[in-house]
Amino acid sequence: MQQNALSSEPIVSLRDVQKSFGPLRVLDGVSFAVERGEVLALIGRSGSGKSTALRCIDRFEKVDGGEIVVCGHRVDRPDVDLRALRQDVGIVFQSYNLFPHLTIEQNITLAPCAVKGLTASQAKDLARKVLAQVGLEEKLHAYPEQLSGGQQQRAAIARSLAMQPKVMLFDEVTSALDPELTGEVLKVIEQLAADGMTMVMVTHEMGFAKGIADRIVFMHRGKVHETGPASILTSPVTPELMQFVGTGNLKS
Amino acid sequence: MTLQLDFPAVLERWPSFLAGAALTLELAFFATVLGALLGTLAAVGRGTHNALIAGACKVYVETIRNTPLLVQIFLVYFGLASLGLKYSAFTVAVAALTINVGAYTAEIMRAGFEAIPRGQIEAAEGLALSRLQIYWHIILLPAIEKVYPALTSQFVLLMLASSVCSQISAEELTAVANYIQSDTYRAFETYIIVAVLYVILSLVMRAGFWGLGLVLFPRRRRLGTPL
Repeated sequence: MQQNALSSEPIVSLRDVQKSFGPLRVLDGVSFAVERGEVLALIGRSGSGKSTALRCIDRFEKVDGGEIVVCGHRVDRPDVDLRALRQDVGIVFQSYNLFPHLTIEQNITLAPCAVKGLTASQAKDLARKVLAQVGLEEKLHAYPEQLSGGQQQRAAIARSLAMQPKVMLFDEVTSALDPELTGEVLKVIEQLAADGMTMVMVTHEMGFAKGIADRIVFMHRGKVHETGPASILTSPVTPELMQFVGTGNLKS
Repeated sequence: MTLQLDFPAVLERWPSFLAGAALTLELAFFATVLGALLGTLAAVGRGTHNALIAGACKVYVETIRNTPLLVQIFLVYFGLASLGLKYSAFTVAVAALTINVGAYTAEIMRAGFEAIPRGQIEAAEGLALSRLQIYWHIILLPAIEKVYPALTSQFVLLMLASSVCSQISAEELTAVANYIQSDTYRAFETYIIVAVLYVILSLVMRAGFWGLGLVLFPRRRRLGTPL
């Protein structure tokens, strides 16, 4: 739409977002914004609504009320162009969700060819480039099941990058990995942040959030309970965040 | 009482047996291809949000699965005739077998579709693929791979069940056998030969499906693991 004219506008903004699953109120007036190039970490206990908030940005959940604007798309409106939205937004899931019947190369080239109309050779060049970015060039022709969990997650990040999104969403992308594999995935995300990618991540890795995030949003019972720069993790204001970071969550 | 078998008297009719077997295989081939298509569409239709399409697909599947094949064949045969439409017995047989196997294929494919994890579809949606692209690139082949043994068994069963098409004088293997045994009065020998021929046809089909599987599922060919 008018993204150039609105370059000072946030890439993602949520205003007073409401969402219930049946009688359970999951998001109760959530508001936050993400500026271009910013890294925002959504933290909180299980069930605090952080994953739901993230999924609302890419409209994997429909909101009941409030306003969500992502790269100029009015995501809260029923007539939002989902495919246009999802070309601007990349999402990476906890369970990788690589397509098991396709090689890593095919996983990556599928959407650029089918959605953006790239030729096969353009897409293959692109696949090499994004795989190099995550350090997996040699796995081009492997199938997902031949990769370790960490490698699969890095391939999933590469697949998302190949669509050249304006913002990337990470939904607990290291929660299924052991600490050793977690490190290699976090390194890739760190590099993306250094390259200026706008990112929203739901994470339980407090040490990582502290190191990489420009801003922290601490969610509690469906609300943004405390927000601020990464330093709020070391000097929290509310007793809830104090308790949350104090319960051994702050790994270095 | 001694059993006296006279195969030469029957075997000298081998060109007829061969022609019958060829026609049976042809019937099975067309009904398999068309039935796979029809059944897959019906399975997709049953999963849509459009209640009319989903309902129509359900009625089709349940009607066919709860009536005998022979009755279905007669319905197509006499139904077309009473509409003044004249088709060869072969065409009628292919149509009836397609409608029949399509319903069973629909149920098997539905199970295959349901076995695709929700996360696969979300990942595809997240990459901005359209619904059609998701079905085509992400769901279809893994679904087929998951139900391939059930699916191919169904098509072999269809080939065997095509013997009832002899009732509308399609000149397939069983119809040929009926003529030969009434000519030669060697019924037992005739049907022993027919049974052997059906076994061979089944093996031919299974070999064909094995080869098709190698083409359709390159991952399985390379790694040998189930999806």
